[in-house]
Amino acid sequence: MSSIPEGIKYTKDHEWARLEGDFVVTCGITDHAQEMLTDIVFVELPEKGDEVKQGQQIAVVESVKAVSDVYAPVGGRVVDVNMKLEDSPELLNSDPYGEGWIFKIEMSSKEELDELMDEKAYAEHLESGD
Amino acid sequence: MGVIFQKSKKGRRGVTVPGWFKDVKEEIPSAMMRTGLETVEAGEVDVVRHYTALSQMNFGVDSGMYPLGSCTMKYNPKINEKTASLEGFANLHPLAGEEMSQGALRVMHELAGYLCVISGMDAFSLAPAAGAHGELAGVMVIKKYFQERKEDRKVILIPDTAHGTNPASVAMCGFEVKEVPSTKEGDVDMEALAQMVDGSTAAMMLTSPNTLGLFDRNIHKIADLLHAKGALFYCDGANLNAVMGKARVKDMGFDLMHINLHKTFSTPHGGGGPGSGPLGVAQKLEKFLPVPVIARRGETFSLDYDRPDSIGRIHSFYGNFLVFLKAYTYIRMLGPEGVREAGENAVLNANYLLARLKEHYNLPIDRICKHEFVLSDQDMPHGVTTNDIAKRILDYGYHAPTVYFPLLVHGAIMIEPTETESLETLDAFVETMIRIRKEAESDPELVKGAPQTTPVKRVDAVGAARKPVLKWEE
Repeated sequence: MSSIPEGIKYTKDHEWARLEGDFVVTCGITDHAQEMLTDIVFVELPEKGDEVKQGQQIAVVESVKAVSDVYAPVGGRVVDVNMKLEDSPELLNSDPYGEGWIFKIEMSSKEELDELMDEKAYAEHLESGD
Repeated sequence: MGVIFQKSKKGRRGVTVPGWFKDVKEEIPSAMMRTGLETVEAGEVDVVRHYTALSQMNFGVDSGMYPLGSCTMKYNPKINEKTASLEGFANLHPLAGEEMSQGALRVMHELAGYLCVISGMDAFSLAPAAGAHGELAGVMVIKKYFQERKEDRKVILIPDTAHGTNPASVAMCGFEVKEVPSTKEGDVDMEALAQMVDGSTAAMMLTSPNTLGLFDRNIHKIADLLHAKGALFYCDGANLNAVMGKARVKDMGFDLMHINLHKTFSTPHGGGGPGSGPLGVAQKLEKFLPVPVIARRGETFSLDYDRPDSIGRIHSFYGNFLVFLKAYTYIRMLGPEGVREAGENAVLNANYLLARLKEHYNLPIDRICKHEFVLSDQDMPHGVTTNDIAKRILDYGYHAPTVYFPLLVHGAIMIEPTETESLETLDAFVETMIRIRKEAESDPELVKGAPQTTPVKRVDAVGAARKPVLKWEE
C-alpha cells in the first residue's frame, strides 16, 4: 500500500498539493504515481513565471517504463521549481512528498485547492482502481 | 566481444596508398592538427570479422519469430529486394527528368492506385517518409482545410490508447490535444466523446484497429458524431494489416489516413531500412496533398507541382522510392486475393495465440482480437513482471513482444504474430510462454535474472538513462 499523508490535497491524476503560507502550494506526484512509473530517469520542469490553468499539463516525468504528463493541481503562476530534480530525478522515487517536490504555484483562486481530494477520498480513488 | 577501438594497432591499415600515409601529417599546418580524437587503425580482415561477429548477434525476422506488437514485423519476401535492386531503378537519378523516369513514375502512380483500392480513399501522396511523417502531413492537411473554410478550430481529440506520435504531430501543427478515455472493453468511451466534440474540434485521430488490437464497435457512430459537428476523422493506419482486403478505411467513416508501407506492405523497418508513410485522403481534401503528385495523361506520367492549395513539399524529391518498389512488388505478388488472405491469416494467428495463452496469462480484455492482443502481468506469481517475462523470452530465441504499451493495461505484453508464422512456430511460441509461466512459479529468480543466453545479459536501463556513458573509454 502506498503512502498517502494527511493534510495535503490530491488529484485524480496522482498529483499532490500542499498549502505553504497563504497562497503558495507545493506540488509533486504521489507515492502511488512513482510506484507505478518505477525508476524515474528524467523530469522536464516548468519555468518560473509560467502561468498555468488548473489541469493544464505543466511537467513531464519519464521512467524506464513510460513518459507521463504532470498536470497543475491548481491554476496560477509558477513561483519556484525544484532544480535538484534535473540531476537527481531519483528523489521522486525516494521522497515523493518531500525532497521530490516538483514546483510551487501561487494560486489565483483558493477554491481550486478546496475542490481537490483529501487523503480519504484519494485512498478511495486508488481502491477503485482508476 | 569488445569494441572496434580495442582492435586498433598504431600504424595498421586496411588499404595502403603508396606514399600517402608517410607524408600526410607534414602537409597539414600544425595549428590545424587536433589531438584526442583517436580513430581506429586496423587491418581489413580484422574490421570485417568484427562487424561480421556483431551482425551474428543481431536478431531479425530472418532469424526467428518477432512478435513485437504494433510493429507488424512480418517476413519481407526476398523478391522485394530483387525488384528494388534492378539496375534501371536503383541507378535512376532523381533529377533524370520525366522522359527518362517513366517506369519509376508508373510504379508510383500504380502503387498510389492500389493503396486507394485497399483503403477506399480517393487520392494518395507517397511523399511522407515514415508513419509519423504521414501523420504530420495529415494534420497539416486538416489545418489547411479549416483555414480555407475560415473556421478557427483548435482541438484534436486522441484516445488514451494512441501511439505517442499522434499527440506529437498534433502539437507540432499548433493544435491542442484532448485525450478521449476508453471503456473497460477497449472501445472509445462514447459518452465522454459526445461531451468533448463541439465547434472547436478540428478532428479526431484514431488508430483502427486500435492499439489494443481491437476493432472499435462504434466506429460509424464516432464518425457521425464528428461529421455532425463539421470535424474530420483521421485514421492512423499503423494496424491496417488486420483489415486489408477485407474492409476499407474510408467506408468506416474516415476522411484521411496514413499507411505504413514498412509494416503492412512488407518493407524492412526498425534498423533495417527507411520507412514510408503515404497519406490518403477523401476527395474534398485531395487538393491539399503535398507536392509533387504523380499525374497521368494516357500512358505518360509526370510530376505535378502546379497545385496552388497544396500544403507544399514535405520531403526532398519524391519520398523513399525504393520502399515503394518493395511494397509494389509485395502487392503485385499477392494480388487482391492474396492481400485479403494475408490480413485474414494475421487475425487468425493472433486469435489462435490469444485463445491458447489466455489459459496461462491474464487477459484484461477478453474479446475476439484483430491482428494483435494485450496480456497483463497482473496475476504473475512471486512479483515476476512483464519486463522479466520479456527478457526470458529472449533466452528461448524469440524477439520480445512490445511491453508496457498501451499504458492503460497494467504491465502490458502486446503480441502480434503476423500472418507469416506457421502453426508449428505459433505452437512452439505458446509452449515457450507456458514454460516461462511455470518457471515464474517454480524458479522465479531464473526469470528475474533473464536473459542468461544472450551476448549481453540484463542491462541496467535505469543507470543508462540516469548516467549515460556516451563515449567509449578504456
